[in-house]
Amino acid sequence: MSILSYNGGAVIAMKGGNCLAVATDLRYGVELRTVTTDFPKMFEIHPHLWVGLPGLASDTQTVLEKIRFRVKMYELQENRPIQPETFAAMLSNMLYERRFGPFFIEPIVAGLNPHTQSIYLCSMDLIGNVTTPEDFVVGGTAEEQLLGMCETVWSPDMDPDQLFESVSQALVNAVDRDASAGWGAEITIIEPHQITTRRIKTRMD
Amino acid sequence: MLGLSSPLMPAKPALPDYSAGAGPVEHRFNPYSNNHGSVVAIGGSDYVVIASDTRLPSGYSIMSRTQSKLFPLGEGGRSVLGSSGCWADILTLTRLLETRAKMYWHEHAKPMSTGALAQMLATILYSKRFFPYYTHNILAGLDENGEGVVYSYDPVGCVEKFKFGAAGTACSLLQPMLDNQVGKMNLAHGNPEAQMDMEEALNLIHDLFVSATEREINTGDSIHFKIVTKNGIEERTIGLRKD
Amino acid sequence: MASTFMADLPASGFSFENCKRNAFLFEKGAKPPTTVKTGTTIVGVVFKDGVVLGADTRATGGNMVSDKNCQKIHKMAPNMLCCGAGTAADCDKTTTMMASQLELHRLNTGRQVRVCTATRLLKQMLFRYQGYIGAYLVLGGVDSQGPHISTIQAHGSTVNTPYSAMGSGMLGAMSVLEMRWRPDMEEEEAKKLVRDAIAAGIFNDLGSGSNVDLAVIKANDQVEYLRGYELANKKGERKQRYDYPKGSSVVLSEVKRPVIVESTQVRQVAMDTS
Repeated sequence: MSILSYNGGAVIAMKGGNCLAVATDLRYGVELRTVTTDFPKMFEIHPHLWVGLPGLASDTQTVLEKIRFRVKMYELQENRPIQPETFAAMLSNMLYERRFGPFFIEPIVAGLNPHTQSIYLCSMDLIGNVTTPEDFVVGGTAEEQLLGMCETVWSPDMDPDQLFESVSQALVNAVDRDASAGWGAEITIIEPHQITTRRIKTRMD
Repeated sequence: MLGLSSPLMPAKPALPDYSAGAGPVEHRFNPYSNNHGSVVAIGGSDYVVIASDTRLPSGYSIMSRTQSKLFPLGEGGRSVLGSSGCWADILTLTRLLETRAKMYWHEHAKPMSTGALAQMLATILYSKRFFPYYTHNILAGLDENGEGVVYSYDPVGCVEKFKFGAAGTACSLLQPMLDNQVGKMNLAHGNPEAQMDMEEALNLIHDLFVSATEREINTGDSIHFKIVTKNGIEERTIGLRKD
Repeated sequence: MASTFMADLPASGFSFENCKRNAFLFEKGAKPPTTVKTGTTIVGVVFKDGVVLGADTRATGGNMVSDKNCQKIHKMAPNMLCCGAGTAADCDKTTTMMASQLELHRLNTGRQVRVCTATRLLKQMLFRYQGYIGAYLVLGGVDSQGPHISTIQAHGSTVNTPYSAMGSGMLGAMSVLEMRWRPDMEEEEAKKLVRDAIAAGIFNDLGSGSNVDLAVIKANDQVEYLRGYELANKKGERKQRYDYPKGSSVVLSEVKRPVIVESTQVRQVAMDTS
């Protein structure tokens, strides 16, 4: 088993029409033993910029702290919120700097620009290779299952309610077929003027 | 180490021996190759559909774009085996199964039932427990009441009976959506006992293979369906991406 | 001097701070993960007035497609582009870093950068890393000496040929080039040749797929970047829709919060170059 699947986890970010959904499972485990069921892997940088850090849990936390520091420094210096594109470039460079001794995380970045309504999605590998698809990004141990679900479920211009149902069904059914992810799920719908965070019922086994 | 010495040239300490690694490296013949392939089956109240992709890869190359992995078993029977994995093992296994089904037909003057075939396949697979057939199998057929059944196997013959299932390379992409749409998993108002009608099953399988082809490099070219009803076995082929 | 308020600029170059920890983890039995590779087909050919570069757009991680429409033709200089195969992050970062070096060189000398300069810069950089930076490149450009295609291996060796192919699909692509390339081709013919070579990779190599990207470079920094030159593969049409009715997932808790959006203004200040 790869070191990336030591703790397990699953994250999605999906694009809708003028809205964006990010979702994460809540399991934290050590190989097949579940330790906690309140461990989201999707984090709020600011209400319109979210980052998912699935992978080795110690690196999830380390990288998150490093990111928070860098973002705060940026926002102090620039006196404006960081843009998703800038944030992704910063994270990518941070990961590639450790090309020969990487952090074991495969991040996803999701952001919505409230002024232009444009949506930015990207996923990275553990050494910071950025891919920017038009529809959705997934990550974690349930990556294959999530890809299968999202490819079937996604359709363009979903409204916030539709998007919520699609993302939660994609996540929940995917993690049911992955032993190291699941145990609860948290879905956040990001709209220009409102953030809605929901926890949904899932299998707990 | 060989050293030359003479009275004039006193023996020097020999140069150290160098080796490439920690010790001798053993190279072994690998009897298996993975030719991939994916199979999906859905059973209904009076039918069962089974489908496979038709790409036969080896490494990063495509050996065939038209090779179905579905094998109807037994003379006049109502059972189809879908098998993926090592192509050589698939050929050997299906030939053996076919022979045994034919022997049964000659002996009992009736085709083997799906249940009997399922049990026989499990026994054959387990007989190779320590040098397994590297195959992932799904057996689809009609039971004694004419209802669709799907048997799913691991390579050494662990068998379980389902109403639907996926196996092979892309099964991790296919299975969650099958659970959701056929098994009605995680749907607040879904009825898991409800049977899917045939047209919906065919469409679902098509859409699932479209998704798998997008994301899994070994899946593609076309889908081969076999639709089993009490009237016989009907075939269909639909194209997929070729890259 | 670093202080709480003014952090030192971070040291440039790679950081090896995690290496010891990672080596320890692998020693304890953890398996090293795989990085996104571009199992690729990339091609470059010289024609009468310049060069044509081509690439497919699939990025893979193991058996999974991690990007269906990635960009493998990277910008190097106003008269140069570079196709990358191998480890995706390495190709991306190596080409951007070298592009900035070339731009500085261009500004320092006040001349168009030559392709051989870029080749030398890349090979010396890659050679230092002994092949551990897995960038396999096909560099193409037109300079004062005419059109050039240069192939650079991750270990730092280079070859200059009038036509070249790289990546897992290079066998298919090269068979097309060997059959049909000839000196002094017309532009349209060269584009067709590169398209066919990439298509050979896309359809016959599992590591390559999706679309064909092309780029044509001619003298005097004339670059035509044809992203999505041919959409060789479309996603299959779904036969059903999978819209879930509202209430399909059981909500346990819900928190709604409004976001007050502040508008920001960014003033562009010219860089101090005195």
